[in-house]
Amino acid sequence: MTPERAVPMVEIENVCKRYGAGHPVLDGIRLTVEKGEFVSLIGPSGCGKSTVLKLISGLTAPSFGSIRVDGMTPRNAREIVSYIFQDATLLPWRTVEQNVGLGLELEGVAKPARVEKTASALNLVGLAHVAKSYPRQLSGGMKMRVSIARALTTNPRLLLMDEPFAALDEMARDRLNEEILRLRAEQKWTAVFVTHSVAEAIFLSTRVVVLAPNPGRISAEFAVDFPEPRTAALRDSAEFDALATRVSHALRAALAPEEAAAAETEGTLP
Amino acid sequence: MKDTVKRRLINVANAAAVFAALLLLWQLALWISRVPAYILPSPWAVARAFVHRFASILTSLEITGEESVGGLAASIVVGVIVALIFAQSRWVRRMFYPYTLLLQTVPIIAIAPLILMWIGAGTAAVGVIAFVISLAPVIFNTTQGLISVDENLVHLFLMHNASSAQLLFKLRLPHAVPSLFVGIRIASGIAVIGAITGELYAGSARVGVGGLGYSILYAFTQLQTDYLFALVLATTLLGFAFFFVVMFLEWYCLHDWHESARVPDAEAES
Repeated sequence: MTPERAVPMVEIENVCKRYGAGHPVLDGIRLTVEKGEFVSLIGPSGCGKSTVLKLISGLTAPSFGSIRVDGMTPRNAREIVSYIFQDATLLPWRTVEQNVGLGLELEGVAKPARVEKTASALNLVGLAHVAKSYPRQLSGGMKMRVSIARALTTNPRLLLMDEPFAALDEMARDRLNEEILRLRAEQKWTAVFVTHSVAEAIFLSTRVVVLAPNPGRISAEFAVDFPEPRTAALRDSAEFDALATRVSHALRAALAPEEAAAAETEGTLP
Repeated sequence: MKDTVKRRLINVANAAAVFAALLLLWQLALWISRVPAYILPSPWAVARAFVHRFASILTSLEITGEESVGGLAASIVVGVIVALIFAQSRWVRRMFYPYTLLLQTVPIIAIAPLILMWIGAGTAAVGVIAFVISLAPVIFNTTQGLISVDENLVHLFLMHNASSAQLLFKLRLPHAVPSLFVGIRIASGIAVIGAITGELYAGSARVGVGGLGYSILYAFTQLQTDYLFALVLATTLLGFAFFFVVMFLEWYCLHDWHESARVPDAEAES
């Protein structure tokens, strides 16, 4: 550790990942996420962006290369990491507050502290009024909020989010995006966020990383330096649109470099 | 609310009307065909036998009920334990599943005499027969419930460094409860059948006094066909009682959270 440079939150060094004897899912991934960054991974299906999160969380091990989370191995770093899955992953037999308290319960936090932290997390996402309800009584957006509350109870310093809002309608998604920004401003965690949506990636992130498939690799990076706090109005600005266009182009090039090349040569054919 | 009560009353009235029509048809057939009473007694004679011999029917019900409940209870306890072992690894399942299948396919009529020979005729042996025949559905359904947990939920638990005991008791076991009840529902029906089959072979220490299976055989050899019918009626009632108790327990345990307990709006309307 050099004194002039803080330990990065995530450091992925030349990582390769293949399942069994198949083609590599990821190849030559190098990615450093500094503390306080909000990095979005965006790319077409099958580019391995969810696998990156699985690697950072230690749920799967790299075939080659190394990963450090705050200077630790991914498994040892789990205490400072929370994972938010694509679906809310709530336990249907537990009430909302029991679900939110699950992480603390598993980590052996005593009941009084658990109750207090659960209540404050529920307040944070505006769901105190459904604390005693069961998940089946909630809408998709509310379930996702419960999931976020659960992730925040353990005071994570790194939040891994795997397309958390993909199943929601656009209005619910926009509202939750704004909430994520607010929570981050209050709690100062670092985030790695996987998404399909260019607008969502730009709105939330300090940096957008574009992945290309077959095998999954990083094909482009964009710094997003819109000032914070960001508001919903940012989405309507010309600068936002301009950046969205550039990211979309990079995404299209990542998806089909052959097709893009073919389209160029097509014109010359008789 | 008033409407639902009214609808229920109409349902009950309909069922009663069908029942009355069947009895009438039965009586009519007797008048026309003049079948002797020892072949087919009249509904009236059956009702009379039921009332006159109510005390001995009750005794038989009690004996068979105890054997079935004992067998079923043992099935649930042993079945859940075996399922917990099966859920530990695919390897264990591959090794022992075929033998569990054997439990289900072996004809109980063939092994009932063996069990009686080994244990000695009596309620204990009959209970064991009820246990053997009702064990397989509990094992199969509970195992299925234990192993069909969503992978992301397992990952969620791992991210909080859950122990394997926590995974089992806070995730897999509660997740398996609805499947366990499916198993118990099937098992409860065949436990009664097992007990009655066992009694057919087991005989009784006192002439004329035994479980329903014994009494049915006794009534048959004495050509007391009206009593035989009354006993069959009692057997059916016992089956019903089992079914409703299990249904009630299932509702009691699951109605808070499980989808099966929710009345869909469309159904509630009609």
